[in-house]
Amino acid sequence: MSRKDYLSVLLSLLVKVSACITFSVLFFIVGFIFYKGIPHISADLFAWEYNSDNVSLTPALINTLLMVFLALMLSVPVGVSAAVYLTEYAKKRSRLVEIIRITTETLSGIPSIVYGLFGFLFFVTVLKWGISLISGVFTVSIMVLPLIMRTTEEALKAVPELYREGSYGLGAGKFRTVFSIIIPAAFPGILSGIILAVGRIVGETAALIYTSGTVAEIPSGKDFLFDSARTLSLHMYTLSSEGLYTNQAYATAAVLLVIVLLINRLSEKLAKRIMKGNGK
Amino acid sequence: MSKIVIDKLNLFYGKFQALYNISMNIRENEITALIGPSGCGKSTLLKTINRMNDLVPDCSISGRVLLDDEDIYGDIDVNQLRKRIGMVFQKPNPFPMSIYDNIAYGPRTHGIKSKVILDEIVENSLRKAAVWEEVRDRLKKSALSLSGGQQQRICIARALAVNPEVLLMDEPTSALDPVSTSKIEDLILDLKKNYTIVIVTHNMQQALRISDRTAFFLNGRLIEYDETEKLFSMPKDKRTEDYITGRFG
Repeated sequence: MSRKDYLSVLLSLLVKVSACITFSVLFFIVGFIFYKGIPHISADLFAWEYNSDNVSLTPALINTLLMVFLALMLSVPVGVSAAVYLTEYAKKRSRLVEIIRITTETLSGIPSIVYGLFGFLFFVTVLKWGISLISGVFTVSIMVLPLIMRTTEEALKAVPELYREGSYGLGAGKFRTVFSIIIPAAFPGILSGIILAVGRIVGETAALIYTSGTVAEIPSGKDFLFDSARTLSLHMYTLSSEGLYTNQAYATAAVLLVIVLLINRLSEKLAKRIMKGNGK
Repeated sequence: MSKIVIDKLNLFYGKFQALYNISMNIRENEITALIGPSGCGKSTLLKTINRMNDLVPDCSISGRVLLDDEDIYGDIDVNQLRKRIGMVFQKPNPFPMSIYDNIAYGPRTHGIKSKVILDEIVENSLRKAAVWEEVRDRLKKSALSLSGGQQQRICIARALAVNPEVLLMDEPTSALDPVSTSKIEDLILDLKKNYTIVIVTHNMQQALRISDRTAFFLNGRLIEYDETEKLFSMPKDKRTEDYITGRFG
């Protein structure tokens, strides 16, 4: 064999090994958590109310869903609209667009604990919202905003120019073209950005520990937005940092993992169904 | 009778001049072909007729374009203008939605909501575009599932659905196979009865087969414009002769 052949064998070996490593790391983590967690999943863990005997994850689970829902209600409309403005309405290569782009890029690179501290100083202290669900919601909304904006922008840019021309050529105005043709065509891409955002919110601890706090109860009453609410990830963090409930922390992790997998599958199905409507 | 009058038209992309002093009359219910080598300005001229060049930043024009004696660069509603002057593009570009919704998009844009009327428009437009028989059973299916030739006829039907007076076609068959091409050529000939058609084509045989008049462009200038038979049998300009006999382009 010549030197070239050796190189190509070596290279193919290298890529295969790398693929194996990536796969086994994922497999190991999932396997390890299920191995440690599943035996400790018990009915107690799903009790409606949390106390230090049952360390129930139900309130945290419901808080997580609440947090995701409310944060998306804020960040998706704003993020998608901003991206629509940047790609469809703003003048290309204008200074304003340049500044907004640099800002979002910088924002997406900031560690989440910095968002947490900002949220604590601004929402909790200055606005006097206290450590509460709503402080947490605003903090994570700001955190995922650049992510949603960037993915939406890419999705809108990927819509073929031909669709725009076709629509304008029929006498449709800008508004109709954007909302009836371009956004629906970009929808799968926008959705994948939203899924990523859901993932970040579900997994977030640092930005929430000083903003939504760690009270393990479902917020209720008419001021429920101003109650502290512990999410699942935060619940796990608290359990493991207390050191008393390591087994329950693993069990909670197993449940969280299943939820994340479910969300992924569900959104994949949703995306496929929508794509079918688009006829791809 | 002249449907469209182009009068001393100059067009610039930034500092680059793409069209030089073009004047020509386009007659009603005729097929006018614009021919010439790539980059000669024929597509650019086509796009000035329905103001699609407005979408290009830094594009400016001087001169006039009249539709039924009204200056389309004057004080008019561009969306209404584009409703009157339909366009079919080089690559078939059906929207990613059902065949029915593709055709109904234009009428809905212009305010038609009644299901009964929309159904009628969709059927008539597809019939006029000679594609009804092929798609009547799958109107709810995606337009992207059709073949290229069918997609292009869907696009023609979509343009017809807003009841235009003029149809602009920018090399409508260049992305299609010979069988689809010949179907679309038959269709264009048939549409001439009711519409004024301006077609840009790379294919001189096509211009010869379907058009009544042909305009030859070179480097942004109108070199020769005459009845198609005359232009192809006894061109007056040496450059036209060189082009149609295949010496360049």
